[in-house]
Amino acid sequence: MTDKQILEWKNRFAVIGAWLVAILFFFPIFWMVLTSFKTELQAIAIPPLLVFEPTLDNYTLIQERTDYTQYAWSSVVTSLGGTALAMLIAIPSAYAMAFSPTRRTKDILLWMLSTKMLPAVGVLLPIYLLSQKLGLLDTKIVLVVIYALINLPIIMMILFNYFREIPKEILEASRMDGTSTWNEITQIVMPLAWGGIASTALLSVVLCWNEAFWAINLTSSEAGTLAALVASFSSPEGLFWSKLSAVATLACAPIVVFGWLCQKQLVQGLTFGAVK
Amino acid sequence: MKYLRTTALGMMLSMSAISFKVAVADEITIATVNNGHMIEMQKLTPKFEEANPGITVKWVTLDEGTLRSRVTTDITTKGGQFDVMTIGMYEAPIWGSRDWLEPLEFGAEYDVDDILPAMRDGLSHDGKLYAAPFYGESSMIMYRKDLLDAAGMTMPDNPSWGHVKDAAAAMTDRDAGQYGICLRGKPGWGDNMAFLTTMANSFGGKWFNEDWTPDLDSPAWNHAVNFYVDLLTAYGPPGSAGNSFNEILALMNEGKCGMWIDATIAASFVTNPSQSKVADKMAFAQSPQAITTRGANWLWAWALAVPSGTQKKADAMKFMEWATSKEYIELVAETNGWAAVPTGTRQSTYDNPKFKEAATFDEAELKAILSADPSNSTQDKTPYIGVQFAAIPEFQAIGTAVGQQMTAALAGDISVEEALENAQAAADREMRKAGYY
Repeated sequence: MTDKQILEWKNRFAVIGAWLVAILFFFPIFWMVLTSFKTELQAIAIPPLLVFEPTLDNYTLIQERTDYTQYAWSSVVTSLGGTALAMLIAIPSAYAMAFSPTRRTKDILLWMLSTKMLPAVGVLLPIYLLSQKLGLLDTKIVLVVIYALINLPIIMMILFNYFREIPKEILEASRMDGTSTWNEITQIVMPLAWGGIASTALLSVVLCWNEAFWAINLTSSEAGTLAALVASFSSPEGLFWSKLSAVATLACAPIVVFGWLCQKQLVQGLTFGAVK
Repeated sequence: MKYLRTTALGMMLSMSAISFKVAVADEITIATVNNGHMIEMQKLTPKFEEANPGITVKWVTLDEGTLRSRVTTDITTKGGQFDVMTIGMYEAPIWGSRDWLEPLEFGAEYDVDDILPAMRDGLSHDGKLYAAPFYGESSMIMYRKDLLDAAGMTMPDNPSWGHVKDAAAAMTDRDAGQYGICLRGKPGWGDNMAFLTTMANSFGGKWFNEDWTPDLDSPAWNHAVNFYVDLLTAYGPPGSAGNSFNEILALMNEGKCGMWIDATIAASFVTNPSQSKVADKMAFAQSPQAITTRGANWLWAWALAVPSGTQKKADAMKFMEWATSKEYIELVAETNGWAAVPTGTRQSTYDNPKFKEAATFDEAELKAILSADPSNSTQDKTPYIGVQFAAIPEFQAIGTAVGQQMTAALAGDISVEEALENAQAAADREMRKAGYY
């Protein structure tokens, strides 16, 4: 076998491997969508059914029982709001750290990232009490603030890496021309790192959208997001798999479409810095 | 600058959509679980709103674990998030004793004496009722009559555990995916320990001695848990350690289990042809016993309570009274038929000939509920109230820790003796910490 043939075989195996991994990742989503069109009896069938008469009953029931648009709107507002607030804090902070680093910059970044390791439930009670005292329980504001804070370390880290890629000479040249710090950030750094900022924001929106712990614990009837809606469909006594699959499909659909449309930017953001 | 403007505009648009919560004077918020009867209550709520103009009802549906932690957090911090809460028989007396719930007083038309005595007692503290039962349940044997008939066996009320084992053996056909018995194995004080406690009760066991020391290292618990592990290992489905109510309900409805000992509420699911493949083959019997029938079947209620922190007590009380009234049960019957009414709460439901005709499990369910006595559920005297739990605040933690040991024993990770030793140590530690001795 020649080297070329070996390379070809290697490529073939790589493609097969990639497909297998993709199928593995996609299968739970496929099964969720499939189950959403089954009756409860079909959903628990052993062996599992691949061919069956589909029904839209679960979707009708969700429309009857819940106000889907209210939950979806909460998800949209809190995801965008949380991301916007986080970006507002992260961009100037990352700028400062990237272009005026101190001895402790890396330590600070690492410390910020380490807060992601804190189990959320550990701070549930203080956050709950604070929200209660401020009259923010069951409001979108509390979720916006929490989402901004929990995503801030990751956003900071990604933006810091993006900003560091910008040649310092460009900034020095602009300073020679007498530009202010404000203009430096808004007219030089941000346009140069726009791709990175956009992909970071997209990633943050996805993370906010999928967040469930705080949405379930801090909201009740007014500000619940789609994650809270999904959680409300599990039942301690009674079959609920097909209904749960239907509501989960409805909760995933907007963000999957959003992710599909912004695929290029997302991949760019996620793989940034992987190869230098 | 263009980009900054875009970002700022996006933020403003997002923030403009955010509103502070504005309190609506006559809006009450109800926290509940996603059980069939509760969903029906949500659907019928417009009838309540029609009859009570000015009151609107908002629902918050949560899964059971989240509901417990949410309502506990809300009530202890006086969060005022909920005006009516769905709570269980475990919480009602404990929270009532701490004045976290409003005591309930009803007019004559509510007919409080119609509520089954076991339910009334279980939801009271010091003679005061703190929660109104919405639906109640005990536990019983649900079995496949066709399989048992084919084996030439019968299932009497309160059979011995030995008889249950023989029946399970006769109904098991592993090659056909047919298992003689399905029981809860998933850890949790309300999961495997609810069932295992009733089993241990019938073997003469108890959670605590009169001086509050745990009794899990007693021969009674040893016999009960060994029997449970052996029974499920020989005749239960694979993966029993992960099974609880819903998993077994799915197996039962698929016709994979010969027998199931669990909540009486399951009877309405397994006999429903739209959910179950074996709906017409089911029969019922009272829970098994080893040396006593005392405490052999549990008692539970999902009940509605009004937290003492609510600002809308009058409206909340009105709703609770409506949802737990005889008239509500009749409304459900008119809408969905008598087979769909919430059961286990009122004697009048079981006296109703239309209900008797519609529900094939009515007699077995009532008998099980009436035979459960939370204040006398063990062979020996104990200092606690409760059949499948001890109504003390520490029990949740103890029950869950013990449940994990039992699951480990069932999965074969540790021996039964080791599991009980660990369980005893965990319970002892918790009770000492709480200052019981």
